[in-house]
Amino acid sequence: MSRYETVIGIEVHTQLLTRSKMFCGCPNDYAGAEPNTHVCPVCLGAPGMLPVVNETALRYGMMAALALNCTIPEFSWFERKNYPYPDLVKGFQLTQYSYPIGSHGQVNIGTDAEPLRVRINRVHLEEDTAKNTHVTNAAGESYSLVDCNRAGVPLMEIVTEPDMHSPDEAVAYLKKLRDILVFLGIANGRMDEGAMRLEANISVRTPEEAEAGVLRPRCEVKNLNSFENVRAALVYEVKRQAQVYDRGERVRQVTMGWDLEHGRTVVQRSKEEAQDYRYFPEPDLPPLRFTAAEVDAVRAGLPGRRHEIVSRYQQVLGLDAYRAELLAQSPAFAAYFDAALAVCPQAERVANLLLGDFMAEVNDRRMDMESTAGLPPAAETAELARQWEAGEVTGPQVKQLLPRLFDTGEGVEAAKAALGIRVVGAADELTPIIEDVLAANADAVEKVRAGQDKVFGFLVGQVMKATRGQADPGTLNRLLREKLGVAG
Amino acid sequence: MSELSALTLEQAAAGLRAREFSSVELTQAVLDRIGSVEPDVRAYLTVTADEALTNARAADQRLRNGGASLLCGIPGGIKDLIATRGIQTTAGSRILEGFKPPYNAFVIEQLRRDGYVLAGKCNLDEFAMGSSTENSAYQVTHNPFALDCVPGGSSGGSAAAVAAEEAFFALGTDTGGSIRQPASLCGVVGLKPTYGRVSRWGVIAMASSLDQVGPLARTVRDAAIVLGCIAGRDELDSTSTTRPVPDYLSACERGVKGLRVGVPKEYFIDGMEPAVEQAVRAAIAELVRQGAVPVEISLPHTDYALPTYYVIVPCEVSANLARFDGIRYGVPQPGETMWEAYANTRGSGFGAEVKRRIMLGTYALSAGYHDAYYVQAQKVRTLIKRDFEEAFEQVDVIACPASPSTAFPIGAKTEDPVQMYLADIFTLAIPLAGLPARAYEAASEWSHSQCRERLQVGGAQ
Ligand SMILES: [Zn+2]
Repeated sequence: MSRYETVIGIEVHTQLLTRSKMFCGCPNDYAGAEPNTHVCPVCLGAPGMLPVVNETALRYGMMAALALNCTIPEFSWFERKNYPYPDLVKGFQLTQYSYPIGSHGQVNIGTDAEPLRVRINRVHLEEDTAKNTHVTNAAGESYSLVDCNRAGVPLMEIVTEPDMHSPDEAVAYLKKLRDILVFLGIANGRMDEGAMRLEANISVRTPEEAEAGVLRPRCEVKNLNSFENVRAALVYEVKRQAQVYDRGERVRQVTMGWDLEHGRTVVQRSKEEAQDYRYFPEPDLPPLRFTAAEVDAVRAGLPGRRHEIVSRYQQVLGLDAYRAELLAQSPAFAAYFDAALAVCPQAERVANLLLGDFMAEVNDRRMDMESTAGLPPAAETAELARQWEAGEVTGPQVKQLLPRLFDTGEGVEAAKAALGIRVVGAADELTPIIEDVLAANADAVEKVRAGQDKVFGFLVGQVMKATRGQADPGTLNRLLREKLGVAG
Repeated sequence: MSELSALTLEQAAAGLRAREFSSVELTQAVLDRIGSVEPDVRAYLTVTADEALTNARAADQRLRNGGASLLCGIPGGIKDLIATRGIQTTAGSRILEGFKPPYNAFVIEQLRRDGYVLAGKCNLDEFAMGSSTENSAYQVTHNPFALDCVPGGSSGGSAAAVAAEEAFFALGTDTGGSIRQPASLCGVVGLKPTYGRVSRWGVIAMASSLDQVGPLARTVRDAAIVLGCIAGRDELDSTSTTRPVPDYLSACERGVKGLRVGVPKEYFIDGMEPAVEQAVRAAIAELVRQGAVPVEISLPHTDYALPTYYVIVPCEVSANLARFDGIRYGVPQPGETMWEAYANTRGSGFGAEVKRRIMLGTYALSAGYHDAYYVQAQKVRTLIKRDFEEAFEQVDVIACPASPSTAFPIGAKTEDPVQMYLADIFTLAIPLAGLPARAYEAASEWSHSQCRERLQVGGAQ
């Protein structure tokens, strides 16, 4: 087996998270909908209907292409890919064939120190097909049901060059790609639901052939619905092809499926059966033009790449890797954090607030950080962090204030006034309270004086309780130690 | 009151405003006329009498309220390729028998906005493929001026309805001459607008890059009124133009003084009927008498228009008609397997000419032939377009015949598709260049015993 080098190329289809379909106004989120309810004459291919391009889908395509370092063409157009099948309502699929929205890209699946580049051949947009379900009824008649909810959903295909040389590299590429697409907010990366579909092309060759740049016939494995299936299918194919060659036979260029149950690839179609799609430009849509200004605008609007954000948080802000990763979980969250830092530069404090009480509040409210809708203004969250850092509010008060900021959208000061929150920080105000607490807890006082420092915390808590959480922790600490005559 | 149906659209509109008659009376006159001549002419596939009278009553209300448009209360015929909500729209094909679209075409919505009256759906060659309306799956339409002759096609029902006074105007569609050639053969005015001037939304496609809706009427001014209503930007047709719609009716006042009229030598060919050449030459002489300046021009790629057209059109047809599988709409035929059901549905649903074009287009787009046919045809199309661009540097309009012959007898060309294709030889090049053109009456006086011959005037965009 080691006599052969493995050559893998990957094709990924992903649905795009636009609100409407690729060429009509039907809603895109058909999950769970009754069959044929998210349809209109356009996506049913009714006579006389015309497509209108979804501008958001174009922008998402361009975002993906730019994030994958692709070249954007000046002109592009959709073409008709003709083949008859009941899942294709018009008898053709619109797809960017000759001029994809992105080409000649690359993505690094290694590290900065040891880059491993996978070249991107093309990124193009097309429309999804309807979904056929084959059923047999009680009478034994078999027939197919066609659900057009999926017909016309924006689909993006990303094709690599055959640059991966092991199943591990293929999976690393897929993970990286999914991270990029999900981080851009244009795809959900869900493979179980078919929103992201994987295909791998695989062949093997000898080192001499690799030297000469020769490729042997490749097999295409379709319908892989998890990274693990991709790995398993590729491992299986590498072995199978090597064995075929070792027997002195030849590998035929075929399309295969992955038989999960038996853990093997199964031939679906040979190359001779390949269809002639008779592509030609869609006459119902004028050519698309992408000006340099438009491309620049999309580029400027791209969130930074996720790994760049993570390393900035670590290296510039000094956060640990775990918190840096969490803060960069979505462009929206990272942008929120960055906006908060502009008001309160204490990164540790802001990060702790966001990943702690703030995140708990977000989860309680069943919100997510994919968008900042419904969150308090970043400046107010930052102000809360700043006051906490400065001792102007206490930890318990932060917990009290956050729900109010979420509920009302008002500022920190207004929320404090409304809740009657203040800090008992003046010595003359705190001293009598401390004296009362000490008098009531003579046992504890004895223990602290005897050196049981743990019990000191208990007394702090009692004072906090007596001030309903409003005592300034710093002042409290200082005064309490003075009274007890113990060092801090 | 049946003489009401003989008015021009403009006269009828004036009569409605002067309260000389109501839209209901006008509409009833048209329905009566349809009742008396339809057995001979057979221009309509569906006469929508109830709908027409309902429209007419609504129009009378609007006319009483004032501010109604010129088309308010005026009965018109609609080519059965144009979708009408809840009213059978067949494209002249068995495969769409009984199909009632849940939507109106954009042009229908425009007409409804102005309060027109739908008289009925006009016969056509199946999916607009033909030049005589004999390819309709339902009936043969007869030329009102010579009942044994064809009305031309594919908008033959629309042209015949207007000529036979069964409507004040009609909508047709023109891909390679389907408005102009039947207008010519039936002695009415037919106008193919510039590509993109009128939305194609809701118009069943034959060749998407060429199809265009336009009016047929009994006078140029009437056609101008209808075009003014249906033209305009439609966000749902990405190929529709954003240019503002000019006032076509006032443009009719301008006259031809100083107008440079190009006469292309390639359009006066051997084999043309002498009567046709005579009529067209006489019409040009009349234009000159009124102050137009004739300029002899050349459109050197004229000979290539027909083969170019008959590559591009079938290619687009082969894709456009793929959706007719009987699954979501239309008339399905059962089969043992899915492929057999497809074959049975399409085999029995489509006529010979439709199948011919689907096969020609499928062939021309196939691997190995694609470059030689489709790609080459697109290159020639560019050359044809350039011919016209160069010509319009010297002239304002081009005048030429719309058809090499007058109306031909029914059945004369049905056996030979190429002879039928040649009937469109003078009208094909203009849509390939995306240009507008109008067919006018060239003969000097009306005669019900003679078929009409027409002059075609092409314009810059
Ligand atoms: Zn739709």
